[in-house]
Amino acid sequence: MRVTQGCFSFLPDLTDDQITAQVQYCLEKGWAVNIEFTDDPHPRNTYWEMWGLPMFDLRDAAGIMKELAECRRVYGDRYIRMSGFDSSHGWESVRLSFIVNRPAEEPGFRLERQEVDGRSIRYTTRAYSVDRPEGSRYAGEA
Amino acid sequence: MTQAPQQQPKRDAPGEPPISSIDLRKEFDAVAIAPVLEQLDGELIGLVPVKTRIREIASLLLVERIRQKMALATTFPTLHMSFTGNPGTGKTTVAMRMAGILHKLGFVRRGHVINVTRDDLVGQYIGHTAPKTKEILKKAMGGVLFIDEAYYLYRPENERDYGQESIEILLQIMESQREDLVVILAGYGERMEKFFQSNPGFRSRIAHHIDFPDYSDPELLAIAELMLQEQNYRFSPEARDAFVRYIAVRKTQPLFSNARSIRNALDRIRLRQANRLVSDLDRVLTGDDVMSIEAGDVLASRVFSGGANGKAT
Repeated sequence: MRVTQGCFSFLPDLTDDQITAQVQYCLEKGWAVNIEFTDDPHPRNTYWEMWGLPMFDLRDAAGIMKELAECRRVYGDRYIRMSGFDSSHGWESVRLSFIVNRPAEEPGFRLERQEVDGRSIRYTTRAYSVDRPEGSRYAGEA
Repeated sequence: MTQAPQQQPKRDAPGEPPISSIDLRKEFDAVAIAPVLEQLDGELIGLVPVKTRIREIASLLLVERIRQKMALATTFPTLHMSFTGNPGTGKTTVAMRMAGILHKLGFVRRGHVINVTRDDLVGQYIGHTAPKTKEILKKAMGGVLFIDEAYYLYRPENERDYGQESIEILLQIMESQREDLVVILAGYGERMEKFFQSNPGFRSRIAHHIDFPDYSDPELLAIAELMLQEQNYRFSPEARDAFVRYIAVRKTQPLFSNARSIRNALDRIRLRQANRLVSDLDRVLTGDDVMSIEAGDVLASRVFSGGANGKAT
């Protein structure tokens, strides 16, 4: 199941040219671009690991694309996303976030129904991938 | 895994068939390089070898652009440069202009200049240098990285110096990301020569070695007048004669640094002029009074008394 989080996630995966254009857009708006990665795709998992520090004061996307290439080299089997942080007064938050890398296989989520208090049901979603320990979740059929 | 896209210099819409002939004049006007070169001629006095080389580079870039339109094989020209010359010969000024020229021609995408020295590149402890250098390189992407006094990067007397690490990263990026970044090294002639001798990798990766000559006396005078004009001042004829003498005397004294010395001298002359004007409060000043610099303002300099050796810069 294809994880759809952030911008553009219902579109086909962005090519590097398209990512460059998006990053350049962020830079021209004065946003700091940040690269994050995770192997826990749950939608409520907002705390992704950071790849280095957010990149402030850049003018051109080439430097960020180089970082992305480096991040993919190391964590190519995980989800990687980019976010554009707007530090201007009144915003001070992430303005744009999109996935730039995803594992080859996305096993999807299990819906758990817990019967409580008679006929009431509580629902929980759980990613199949998190059944495995962190770091070996997308390493193929090991 | 795909590499970061290597952006080509501007070209026409893809799919357009290659053209077999081209109007050179039109192409020349299209990149608007002429005004930049004219400005360079007008605002930079002297520096003939530098201007010649910049013209050559500009022509090469123009021809490369045309070749690209004709779908002829082009290799991205190496644009890294090294500027050598004595203090105050305009290395930094030219580097700033260079970014504009390269930007106009579409060979750097943003046209900004990041001005750094050793402190910005080299860290203070193990593992500090690489991130620091990479950070700067990222900032410079799409523009020009200007490394002033580049020879300080290499300190042969200390074999544990972190400068070497920084040099290696620089060399690697200079080679692999030629399209994204232009590196300009600057420094005084002799020491740069030594630096290149001990880092042959640098010499071979830099295509343009440009030497900045010292200015002649008339050139220095022209520079002074240009500086004054920019600040809405002017020499009276006597003051001008006095300043000609000032240049001749100052040149023989130690620590003379070309245009920088001239700028400092002018700053002090302006101080004296202001003091002269303020000393007589009971009169009406005209715009002319405020603008003109008199011989007395120049002649009061310690340079003429000869007692200021090494102090007046």
